[in-house]
Amino acid sequence: MKEILIGKLNMHALPHEWFTIGGTAAFGALALVAIIIITRMKRWKWLWNEWLTSVDPKKIGIMYFLVAGFMLLRGGLDAIMIWLQQALSVDGSQGYLSADHFQQIFTAHGNIMVFFVAMAFIFGLINYIVPLQIGARDLASPFLNTLGFWLYIGGVIMVNMFFALGGEYAATGWLAIAPLSGKEFSPGVGVDYWIWSLQISGVGTTLAAINFVMTILKMRAPGMTIWKMPLFTWGSLCSMLMAVSVFPLLTATLFLMFFDRYIGTHFFTMSGGGDPMMYTNLIWMWGHPEVYILVIPAFGVFGEIVSTFSRKPIASYTTNVLGMIGVAVMSLSVWLHHFFTMGAGADVNAFFGLMTMIIAIPTSVLVFTWIATMYKGRIKFTVPMLWFLGFIALFTIGGIAGIMLGVPPADFQLHNSLFLVAHFHSNVIGGVLFGIFAGITFWFPKIAGIKLNERIGRNAFWCWITGFCLAFIPMYVLGLMGATRRLDHYSSSTGWQPFYILMLIGGIIIMIGVALQLAQILASIIERKRLVDTTGDPWNGRSLEWSTPSPAPSYNFTVIPTVTTRDAFWEMKKQALPKPQYEDIRIPKNTASGIYISLFAFLAGFGFVWEIVWLWVVSLIAIIVCIVLRTFNDDTEYTLTAAEVQKLEEARQAKAPKPQPASADDADEDEMGIWDLIKIVVAWAWGVVRRREWRKW
Amino acid sequence: MGLGRGTAPGVAQVVAEHKTPIDHEAEASDRVLFGFWVYLMTDLLMFSVLFAVYAVLHGNTAGGPSGRELFSQPIALTETLLLLTSSFTCGIGMIAARLGNKKQVLAWFGVTFALGLAFLGFEIKEFIQFFQEGHTLRSNAFLSSFFTLVGTHGLHITSGLLWMGITLGYVVKRGLNNHLVRKLTLLSLFWHFLDIVWIFIFTIVYLMAFV
Repeated sequence: MKEILIGKLNMHALPHEWFTIGGTAAFGALALVAIIIITRMKRWKWLWNEWLTSVDPKKIGIMYFLVAGFMLLRGGLDAIMIWLQQALSVDGSQGYLSADHFQQIFTAHGNIMVFFVAMAFIFGLINYIVPLQIGARDLASPFLNTLGFWLYIGGVIMVNMFFALGGEYAATGWLAIAPLSGKEFSPGVGVDYWIWSLQISGVGTTLAAINFVMTILKMRAPGMTIWKMPLFTWGSLCSMLMAVSVFPLLTATLFLMFFDRYIGTHFFTMSGGGDPMMYTNLIWMWGHPEVYILVIPAFGVFGEIVSTFSRKPIASYTTNVLGMIGVAVMSLSVWLHHFFTMGAGADVNAFFGLMTMIIAIPTSVLVFTWIATMYKGRIKFTVPMLWFLGFIALFTIGGIAGIMLGVPPADFQLHNSLFLVAHFHSNVIGGVLFGIFAGITFWFPKIAGIKLNERIGRNAFWCWITGFCLAFIPMYVLGLMGATRRLDHYSSSTGWQPFYILMLIGGIIIMIGVALQLAQILASIIERKRLVDTTGDPWNGRSLEWSTPSPAPSYNFTVIPTVTTRDAFWEMKKQALPKPQYEDIRIPKNTASGIYISLFAFLAGFGFVWEIVWLWVVSLIAIIVCIVLRTFNDDTEYTLTAAEVQKLEEARQAKAPKPQPASADDADEDEMGIWDLIKIVVAWAWGVVRRREWRKW
Repeated sequence: MGLGRGTAPGVAQVVAEHKTPIDHEAEASDRVLFGFWVYLMTDLLMFSVLFAVYAVLHGNTAGGPSGRELFSQPIALTETLLLLTSSFTCGIGMIAARLGNKKQVLAWFGVTFALGLAFLGFEIKEFIQFFQEGHTLRSNAFLSSFFTLVGTHGLHITSGLLWMGITLGYVVKRGLNNHLVRKLTLLSLFWHFLDIVWIFIFTIVYLMAFV
């Protein structure tokens, strides 16, 4: 009876170790604080109507940013825990983590950073910026977009669920290579949580990607031919087409793994004719393109930034776009370089080794076009530009290391060493994460209506890049010295400990960089009056998103612009803007279907993890019912009439802050530094304590 | 394509010089159609994984019987004929839908539904027979991949039937409006897609077992 009701769940699944208790308490406390604040401010209805059920891609984009930012802190904590263990655990000392717990941490770190941080940030940027760049009012399917977002949230909860129930995450590495991830070697629920967090968010990614392919290909403003699209839109299109091509592979592979574990099939098992090597192939056929899915939109971001701040069109637009397309296409045929040592034979290894080296060509072409864009440009070294320059340095280092790894004979030495870990961190942090930071800083005025504080932003950048070099250059060295990845204990005779300690110090400096980034946002909010963006075009931008007010209204454009050239807004600015002719606008209605479907998907996943049959049966039926109700509802839009639009626009213009007299361009002196911020915060806190203001709360 | 433009509700009120709601709707349905094609391609990629897995594992019977000993040619052929015919009737149903002929739509999609159901019946019968003989998903890698590939297709057919049943229910209730014609268009695409996938299953799983 108990078996039927709650499956494998039992008392032992409740938190009873320090990290599960700590994790549960931390998440519980955060949730409690959020609930108290929202209740006290009476904002539940507002939250539900304005944000959670919203189908506006701009709001969904912001929600992606918030959750991804939170997950970045969560994944960063994992990274520090890994480094701390490795710095301590030498000879007699076992460090502070058990081997099993250590393995769970690096698995969770990889999953969280790739799926729930990088992917989510990229989707946030695409959501907010792409419709504005192509002159669209909305996405092709607003519903698929909210569904994709909520499935991502389902995945986020699933990946953290083990704290509260189960007490273990997968200890298999981020791709859960078979047969280690099979029932035989991983009998617990950790791998099941892994499967379902990836499965739920992965399906969301596929749906969201289909939506963006539709949007970019079908909803561009009149006149914007495919060769006039801004670079970020190009990067997003390449990336989303790749996502559409490979995420189904992940979905299918995860299902097969799930069948192996739940039903007892023999796909990837050691017995019954199963083939674990096939799993490695299938997962990397998705896994390798996945990192390019992340980095190509970042390429697009850098293209926008370097051309805006060099005040030049991108050097050789066509070559740049072809570079992105080349990377996207070739990345589908390099996956085997992840396992040259498997023994596929010299011919196969040679092919994939060559492909790996060839893919460096379009990537280098991209790097050269960015550098050429700066040549003879009037460069402004703003924070986004600093991230760009840091990216060029780190990405080149990482790329060259990648080519070394792509040579099969060298790879036999370097395979699974820290050299590899340093390589992909150079590319993922230097490429993807720096791209995300650059993009968020660049588009922050558009998103929030205020520019970000430059001074603290620069401090944060320098912490990041110094910390990065300190953390990862020793890692390359260690890799060459023979240190394998995922080591939780080693002998001091190897001489590795100083390097591990350096890495920990680098990690701490990166953490300071993260703290500075949070401080940067806080400082910008405090001095929002000075940083407010009155024009909608703070950087003298080039593409259409800068033609809208900051932040953009829910319908993006009062009048859909007509595009005649590349850098459409740059050309428009040279001509006088015509007085807008208001028109009726169709706006999609909010919907909670995405939330319900995702909730049931989560419950179904939970049922699969704990083998609670009734739960997943009921949830799957509920999902079908929700989908039917939604798709047969043909009342999903309403019309904003021209008169209403005019009223809204006039109200906005009346409320908009007046453009202030132009101050000196780089007035850094008045800008708040980190010490000023600390002083302000301390003074405020002291004031609260002195005047006993908390009583009013 | 101006699908049944004349029947759209609220045509009379529209006197705007910009985009009319009908244009808006036509554009939206064009986008949905394109998006559905993209979705079908993603589904095809899922199947391609299952086909690849079957191609790798079909010899790994771990001492159990091979496909040649298990499969019945007449059943597979009957299933194929049923599904091919259903694709044909589905096509005729779509022509009727474009002409706005509700009665014919119900009749032809009704036949399609019946043929699909018969196909599913044969497949379930085949599976039950295998199970009774002790050949299950757990037996060996060959059977795992066989049941997963064919079963996934069967699951798609099931959801297609569900979709068809509900859509026809709405056609009876609400009449043949634009929204439902669009649904039927997508459904027919889905149905033909499943037919194509089945032809590959028939060839690679059933026919090649006897070569």
